[in-house]
Amino acid sequence: MSEPTRRDWPLWEVFVRARRGLSHVHVGSLHAPDAPMAVRNARDVYTRRQEGVSIWVVPAAQITASSPDEKDAFFDPAADKIYRHPTFYDVPEGVDHL
Amino acid sequence: MTTPTDRTADRTADRTAVVTYTLRLADDALVLAHRLGEWIAAAPQLEEDIAVGNIGLDLLGQARALLTYAGETEGAGRDEDALAYFRDERDFTNCQLVELPGGDFAATMARLLVVACYQYELYRRLADSTDETLAAVAAKAVKEVDYHRDHATQWVLRLGDGTDVSHQRMQAGLDLVWPYVHELFEVDELTTALAAAGVAVDPAELREPALQAVERVVAEATLTVPDMRPAVTGGRRGVHTEHLGYLLAEMQHMARSHPGAHW
Repeated sequence: MSEPTRRDWPLWEVFVRARRGLSHVHVGSLHAPDAPMAVRNARDVYTRRQEGVSIWVVPAAQITASSPDEKDAFFDPAADKIYRHPTFYDVPEGVDHL
Repeated sequence: MTTPTDRTADRTADRTAVVTYTLRLADDALVLAHRLGEWIAAAPQLEEDIAVGNIGLDLLGQARALLTYAGETEGAGRDEDALAYFRDERDFTNCQLVELPGGDFAATMARLLVVACYQYELYRRLADSTDETLAAVAAKAVKEVDYHRDHATQWVLRLGDGTDVSHQRMQAGLDLVWPYVHELFEVDELTTALAAAGVAVDPAELREPALQAVERVVAEATLTVPDMRPAVTGGRRGVHTEHLGYLLAEMQHMARSHPGAHW
């Protein structure tokens, strides 16, 4: 029988919602044996100072990320498309956070 | 008919009883906080260092509030530090369960489960105490120990219902702490009088709900509730196991070597 070791514990990415109405924001990662323990560890590691009202944990292995090698092809073409930014409109007074 | 002098004497007696009772609650929290602190940097993983550290700090917070209140009520000028660092072993009235050496991680979680289940039932009821300060401390503490209960439950379930080795060690941990569980529910004249006055919670009343909660977790974790003779008790009278003296030596050494030092 193989003894479980710490290396067997998967990595989890942690997302915390700071307040009602805000979205969950990635705050870091941690190791935990399973999802319920990951939520609890996240509570202890990332919300000790009342940083959040809700926590998501996601197995890091389940995240598909864009590759740094494709950075130029992925992101640079957006650099000169200024017409994609809504900067040609006058924002009426009293409308914030657009 | 009572004369004013009698009433003053009564109040003094009441006050002494409240101080004694408050110190029992405070010492349970303080000593277990120290034992949990010993795990920091020694727990199975970094995340658990932080979790156990948090739980210890919750208990330390409860101890500080209770010690401060005991000192104020006593009226002899002793503050939380004087009570924590300058009382000797025989003056500590914690239960023996909390002073036992941590053992392995399984034993630590077994003890935490028992203590948290006990404290949860205790504080839930103490929140209705006629003593406003005790009620306020309890109302805050009950949310904290509810989480301690959950944390210990998660580990007892995983270790008990895990591998053969973890199951054996979890059962051994339960066996280690079980003889000391009964002291938590011991009744004496002080608790009877204060419970009648609505200040304290009758410890005997907590036995059934607290142990039922523990036993539910133990059964779900495929473990067995130990059938063991209770240990000789005495913590509430200042009679301790050989382990408390060493714990206090470590805890009190700095404050006694440098009295009044601060940073």
